[in-house]
Amino acid sequence: MARNGKKDCLDLSFQAIDARASTGIATLGTRLVELGVPVDRAGDIKIALAEAINNVVEHAYADALPADIRVKCSLCRSLLEVQILDTGNPMPGLQAPRGIPASVETTRQNLPEGGFGWFLIRQLTSEVRYERQEGHNLLFLRFDLAEMS
Amino acid sequence: MALSSTTTGETQVITVHGDRIDAAMAIQFKEDMRAQSDAGASRVILDLSTVEFIDSSGLGAIVASMKQLGDGCRLDLAGLHPVVEKVFRLTRMDTVFKLFTSLDDALTAGTD
Repeated sequence: MARNGKKDCLDLSFQAIDARASTGIATLGTRLVELGVPVDRAGDIKIALAEAINNVVEHAYADALPADIRVKCSLCRSLLEVQILDTGNPMPGLQAPRGIPASVETTRQNLPEGGFGWFLIRQLTSEVRYERQEGHNLLFLRFDLAEMS
Repeated sequence: MALSSTTTGETQVITVHGDRIDAAMAIQFKEDMRAQSDAGASRVILDLSTVEFIDSSGLGAIVASMKQLGDGCRLDLAGLHPVVEKVFRLTRMDTVFKLFTSLDDALTAGTD
């Protein structure tokens, strides 16, 4: 993906535990801006990546020894493609969830405290694709940087 | 991440000292908020000026903190960075909490 010698790919791996994921996500945010992603869009992308990565930590490795999560990003013109790879459990039904959020129009005590992850990913991406290949989960997220969010 | 707090009358300001509230610190945040809660306050303003990033776990921890306060006390949020505000807006939690650009704005606005 090297274009005019300009580096426009990034590849980062970290252990699938909360603390490592937290610093990994922060690093991804910084590196996306270095890659040429505008700061405001990098914020949106970071939200989506954080949710996808947290899902791997919480679900894919829920009852397995946490191995590494690998995140690969490539920027080509205004299109950012991200691949998130892990060796944890497959997604239920081998499908990425649709992400229907719980309603906030309820009493204080009934307000949802979770279940927003996939909703946020769907809102902030232009395409989501999930594949299970040879014991690996591959999640592809595409962001059209020319599109307003 | 740490919290500090000052109470003036019935308004308590809790300041977050940290750059993010995410899955790695959501449980600790909720416990720290419980430890800070002042029974005499009818309004808590959470100052998020230093918080540059929040994920859905962090959002959930703020919602849980509001529930902990009980129905007699409101929780307002101040100093939201654009990315933080976006998470509240997308999840429609901006309709649940009052969001203020800065702590000064929140204090000036009073409880109305």
